[in-house]
Amino acid sequence: MGELLGRDIVSIHDLDLDEIAHILDVAATMVPAARGQEQRPLLHGRILAELFFEPSTRTRLSFESAMKRLAGQVINFGELSTTSVVKGETLADTVRMVESYSDVIVVRHPQEGAARLAADFTTKPVINGGDGAGQHPTQTLLDLFTITQRKGAIGGINVTIVGDLKYGRTVHSLAVALSRMGASLTFVSPASLAMPTEIVEACRNEYRKGNGGSVRMGSDLESFISAADVLYVTRIQKERFPDPEEYRKVANTYRVDVELLGRAKGSCIVMHPLPRVDEIDPAVDETEHAIYFDQAFNGVPVRMALLALLLGAIP
Amino acid sequence: MKELHVTPISNGTVIDHITPGRALDVLRIIGITGKGLNSAVSVVMHVPSVDGGWKDIVKVQDRELLPQEVRKITLVAPRITINIIRNYEVAEKYRPATPDEVVGLVRCANPNCITNKEREPVTPRFAVVTRDPVRLRCRYCERELDDVSPHLM
Ligand SMILES: [Zn+2]
Repeated sequence: MGELLGRDIVSIHDLDLDEIAHILDVAATMVPAARGQEQRPLLHGRILAELFFEPSTRTRLSFESAMKRLAGQVINFGELSTTSVVKGETLADTVRMVESYSDVIVVRHPQEGAARLAADFTTKPVINGGDGAGQHPTQTLLDLFTITQRKGAIGGINVTIVGDLKYGRTVHSLAVALSRMGASLTFVSPASLAMPTEIVEACRNEYRKGNGGSVRMGSDLESFISAADVLYVTRIQKERFPDPEEYRKVANTYRVDVELLGRAKGSCIVMHPLPRVDEIDPAVDETEHAIYFDQAFNGVPVRMALLALLLGAIP
Repeated sequence: MKELHVTPISNGTVIDHITPGRALDVLRIIGITGKGLNSAVSVVMHVPSVDGGWKDIVKVQDRELLPQEVRKITLVAPRITINIIRNYEVAEKYRPATPDEVVGLVRCANPNCITNKEREPVTPRFAVVTRDPVRLRCRYCERELDDVSPHLM
């Protein structure tokens, strides 16, 4: 495990298992302050700069809440249309300008690799808040945190991931991280949206090291539901289907409802990165299975932990 | 009688043990397009190799390769041997290694990768995941690239 002070968190692969475990441990201590039940002014006088080149209200609010719960300040562009970005300034120049105004920078960008490029141009720590279809490491960390909170440990459990596994930004790095931690994985999707081979292979490589996990794949959710300790649901986007009728059929097949969950373990938790559209019936919200709103809240303590660690407020 | 594959060259370079089918990529890398050429170039495709497989060979008269060209060739033909010929003799022979990191030789295949954005001051950089066959991972978008040839810079 290395020192987290000053580090860039661009990809979940930048972190080893001990570092991930440490971040999750610190996140657990942040929960009361994240709820406003406790004061922890650890980052008083520190400034987070948000470079959001595409809107993402959810991620932005979560980072702002995290920074402010620790008594830090947040600066951002305001309206994108009024900034130099639209006038064609390069990302590299924007980062070099912003680093002199802040202590830590979060980058959200529509192009893959943008956060790594940003990190190349500043000595301040850079956190990737999502780059195109690439990495979104704080989402992965908050998913891992949610599972750890509910299940105690990740090794040995079965995580069934369902929906769009091909384009789903969050599920690729989550799957690889879970396989490293010894969870067994079940990938359920229509064939056209199956998990890319390189991700499946990366998971198998982890299992070959002998952590006891394994991977299964299929398209029939009903046949896999009874084994799931965690059901991770992702959105199937309409735009992926040229034929709207085909979309409707697929969307119906993978819709999670109370009836389906009747065949799941009582302790099975249902996760979703949100926003959801039709993939989870609202009636599920009332059941013990639904934890997606807690999961969204967990973004705050996890980001608090990361900010405090990167800025050296916690060793 | 020993079959003669190619005319020997007096001075220049023989690139041997080229992955079968990659000879034309090698010509492209060393800038041989057929135009403005004053010396002999011979290409042999798909001949038996001593290891029991197949190989291509390229011979270029009066030309030695730049290190940059050799590095690029290892990305499409990782098993090459370079023979430098002087006065019909092999003056030097070596097997170049595929580098651990590929910097500024290949463009990322992902059109949405930040390294493909105009005006960003960034040089494409890849980690070498496997050497034979060559598989690269973009340092920026983390996508993997397994056919380097169309993406050479
Ligand atoms: Zn790339």
